[in-house]
Amino acid sequence: MSVAKTLPSWNALTKHAVFPHANHDEVARLNFLTHLNVHLSAEILPGVRTAYEREVRPEFEISNGRQPETRHEIRQSMLQNSFFQMWSALRRNTMEMRHQAARAQVLRQIESLVDKVQALNKGDGNLVLNDAIDIPANVGSVDIHCQPGCYYEEYFENDVTVAASYDVGLFATTAGMLGGLSDGGGQAIGKWLLEQNSDFKPRRILDIGCTVGHNAVPLAQAYPEAEVIAIDVARPSLRYAHARAKALGVNNIQFVQANAEDLSDYSDQSFDLITTSMFLHETSHQAMPKILKNINRLLKPGGLMLHLEQPQYEGMDLYQQFIRDWDSFFNNEPYWGPMHDLDLSAMFTQCGFNGEDMFEIGLVSLVDESIFGKREKGDAGEDYGRAPVWNAYGLWKK
Amino acid sequence: MTDINKLDLAGTKAKGKRPYFLADKQTEQVMSIAMSLAMELSVTRERLATLECLLSEKGLVDRSEIEDYEPGKDEVAARSASTQEYLARILRIMQQDREEMERDDPSVEEVQEALTKV
Repeated sequence: MSVAKTLPSWNALTKHAVFPHANHDEVARLNFLTHLNVHLSAEILPGVRTAYEREVRPEFEISNGRQPETRHEIRQSMLQNSFFQMWSALRRNTMEMRHQAARAQVLRQIESLVDKVQALNKGDGNLVLNDAIDIPANVGSVDIHCQPGCYYEEYFENDVTVAASYDVGLFATTAGMLGGLSDGGGQAIGKWLLEQNSDFKPRRILDIGCTVGHNAVPLAQAYPEAEVIAIDVARPSLRYAHARAKALGVNNIQFVQANAEDLSDYSDQSFDLITTSMFLHETSHQAMPKILKNINRLLKPGGLMLHLEQPQYEGMDLYQQFIRDWDSFFNNEPYWGPMHDLDLSAMFTQCGFNGEDMFEIGLVSLVDESIFGKREKGDAGEDYGRAPVWNAYGLWKK
Repeated sequence: MTDINKLDLAGTKAKGKRPYFLADKQTEQVMSIAMSLAMELSVTRERLATLECLLSEKGLVDRSEIEDYEPGKDEVAARSASTQEYLARILRIMQQDREEMERDDPSVEEVQEALTKV
């Protein structure tokens, strides 16, 4: 291997008032994991494709008298291949190491962190928690992306452990490509809206599945006059998100504990813009149509629905489908694959939209390139399925 | 406020049966231990580099002082706590295997089937 460009240090992240402190070794640990992730994707992952083309596919053809026809056939065959086994074992383990590193860092300071969060949240009407909200099966059945406690588990009253750990650790998995506030996706949406749709002036915005507000905050900053409602089912995430937004000086977001399958508290045609970011693949065949029907009901005519996602599998080379599907089975993202198989346009039609109006845009994480570097689609070492290069699926409601 | 075991919680297992990829589970667990050790070694090297930079910049210490250093009582206690945390970190995989044996996690395949029922 050759030594690649210098990767950003975790210390380059923006230290807002509720961002967990990191000591010397904690920074070194997250930087090691960042480098390990990049090494796995840039130096080892290409060998997985070689193993497929030179060993696994020829063997499959001999055994079956034909080429593999689905990504699942590729996966079943690759699971017997020693190179794929080693890469997968390393990749899974690296994810687990990230979570342990971030959680240990957060837990050692959790009391003071909770105090800081509480000081920002207490008595503020922009944080609305609701004990009656249950965790739906698509969120609660397995811990998504192997994050212990997922987005929602609470270990004590007013806990924010899982949310703060998520904010700390995301950097290692994305190699800093989401930028100083891990919000490169939201920033990209904001830029696209302001530059490409300058006549569009949304007054009410709904962000669904907001977690810690990485994408709601840039929207609120893009439209400072707008009222933004950001919803999630996860209490620790909402507590942290609200404090984080306030710490960043953003006060036009109301964070509400709500399940997007039931938005009966909001009236018909009451939003101009409804967004989700890397959310649809964490829903289910039952939940997604309900959510989309709600979006259709809540959106004003002339309003925009926009979903940031990784690209759909339709028309994609089978090997790439297979490698992108790794997270589905091996990183606790069970709905990743099924969601990426959907015909979204047909799904939108089924939910009351005119699906033919759907448009796709490509978005690249918007970051301070002087610190975090420039990333483009097709970069050597693109970590399929985790690269900060997205498709956004949008639809203007008529 | 926080009646929790932070050491266990930091290394706790994500819900969902863990897939093992290598032909032999123990081999994969050893790999996991080795990778954590690799990380800790990297962290230590970085810390030493920091320390040596500072010491040399300030002209404070020569190497024989480090070789002959004897820690006091408080320092011994601090090092013991630190070693315990270190071991919990590098042996996380065994903690998680124990937790998985103690629980009945669904497989991701089962969950996918349930999530894709209309």
